[in-house]
Amino acid sequence: MTIDNATVTKIANLARIRVEEGEKAKYAAQIGGIMQWIEQLNAVNTDGVEPLASVMDITLPLRRDVVTDGDKQPEILANAPEATSGFFAVPKIVE
Amino acid sequence: MMTDLTDLTITEALSALKAKKFSATELAKAHIAQVEAGRHLNAYITETPEVALKQAAESDKRIAAGQMGKLEGIPLAIKDLYCTKGIQTTASSAILKGFVPTYESTVSQKLLDAGSVTLGKVSCDEFAMGSSNTTSAYGNVISPWKRNNGDNRDLVPGGSSGGSVAALAARMCMGATGTDTGGSIRQPAAFTGTVGIKPTYGRCSRWGIVAFASSLDQAGPFARTVEDCALMLEVMSGHDPKDSTSAPLPVPDFTKALTGDMKGLKVGIPKEYRLDGTPAEILKSWDDGIEWLKDAGAEIVDVSLPHTQYALPAYYIIAPAECSSNLARYDGVRYGPRVEGANLRDMYELTRAKGFGAEVKRRIMIGTYVLSAGYYDAYYIKAQKIRRLITNDFLEAYKKCDVLLTPATPSAAFAIGENEDDPVKMYLNDVFTVTVNLAGLPGMSVPCGLSADGLPLGLQIIGKPWDEATVLRTGHVIERAANFVAKPQAILKKAA
Repeated sequence: MTIDNATVTKIANLARIRVEEGEKAKYAAQIGGIMQWIEQLNAVNTDGVEPLASVMDITLPLRRDVVTDGDKQPEILANAPEATSGFFAVPKIVE
Repeated sequence: MMTDLTDLTITEALSALKAKKFSATELAKAHIAQVEAGRHLNAYITETPEVALKQAAESDKRIAAGQMGKLEGIPLAIKDLYCTKGIQTTASSAILKGFVPTYESTVSQKLLDAGSVTLGKVSCDEFAMGSSNTTSAYGNVISPWKRNNGDNRDLVPGGSSGGSVAALAARMCMGATGTDTGGSIRQPAAFTGTVGIKPTYGRCSRWGIVAFASSLDQAGPFARTVEDCALMLEVMSGHDPKDSTSAPLPVPDFTKALTGDMKGLKVGIPKEYRLDGTPAEILKSWDDGIEWLKDAGAEIVDVSLPHTQYALPAYYIIAPAECSSNLARYDGVRYGPRVEGANLRDMYELTRAKGFGAEVKRRIMIGTYVLSAGYYDAYYIKAQKIRRLITNDFLEAYKKCDVLLTPATPSAAFAIGENEDDPVKMYLNDVFTVTVNLAGLPGMSVPCGLSADGLPLGLQIIGKPWDEATVLRTGHVIERAANFVAKPQAILKKAA
């Protein structure tokens, strides 16, 4: 699998990471190299194998749908780069 | 003359504190001085001497009242991936610079509840992604060890938990916390002559620990002896309702497991770990370990883990996929420095471009790619199927044995800057450790000797799920047989 600059652009967009034009070739080569190394997995026959997402052999526990915590607005906002009137603040998105 | 306080083991310090041979405050002061003396190693990102002295004073009160906790007065270093209330937590990333959690991670809270003293937050690879501690936004961590062959280059402490082990080996703490996603406890332990154990996935709560790859991440301790490690693990373990993957199982008395008895124990030797190109000294250390266990009464069994070679490439799909999802939260809205942009999307992209380092960006992009439309089945599902095969390999092997013995790393520590030209070369450091994370098993590295260049080597013991006790028991036997007493040059220089 080779990765071209257009693919890097697409991935960077999806990942919301600005990649400058001049950096794209470097990322393409590095990611392409890693993906090429990963291709060796194709040598393994995985027909009929159930994918393993978690090693925990337990069912996730259920609990009552009630409030167990809260009233922590100042703590939650404490590290925000910008907060106003008890909310996180972001650049305007609606004109 | 009293022994250097910073050279004691945790177990020795606890009995001396109990006997009132010195106070917790004296112990804390000795370590704070050592932290200052070792600043050139860049192990700590944030030193907290005032916190340590306050906690030590409280320990002294409890000791006087005869109410000692399991780790009363013991000065520890906390990996900067653990959220610590009121103390900056960066995950070694610029994107979390200045982040001061308003809560404490479950595991670090358990350590505090046991009476421990926090010396500060130690560096790691950025978001725990690395094997050399050279990806931290706060600079490289330098190993206190040097080669003895005239090569004076600074060496890596291993990674990702490099600050933890550099501090521990340089006597800048008595124990440290780590996390292990693909080898981040065991590889640094092997590189620095320290002991580190990654318990079974689910043994320690992940709540409040900055997430990298949630299905692989586990917390674990570092110490200078197996006994100390067992004691720390006992304190750190246990069910936590706040982590739905934490296991509702009782925590065994791990220190009691160290019986020295190997009779009837079957130790598996996986033939696939005898890789082409593995240095002779690594293979020799493995053979030594086999002999030691045999001498102690264990039975050696040959086993096969046929899918071993596919573990690393499968890991480099699964871990980046999970990381791309976990790290989506760093967008300049809730924490960390923001880079202003023309609009919201611009702000996200610029904040993340500036805040993340090269390796983290690479892994986020790989993860995004393998999860993107059209590639999900070919990469992500394929990797999860291989994860199943790797796990089945272990389960099959455990029908024939109780624990596995392997080398911890394919080489001793390397110089800073080596292995940087090709990401895959760096990834190969974890070839012996990554399988254990994929299968969720407990694994430990114990120092077993020195390389020809005078650098520590480690052996890895891999256990059955939830059987850390046997892993520790086996490690303890190796520790005694190896009698590893070498100390890093940074310490010897100070003594001279």
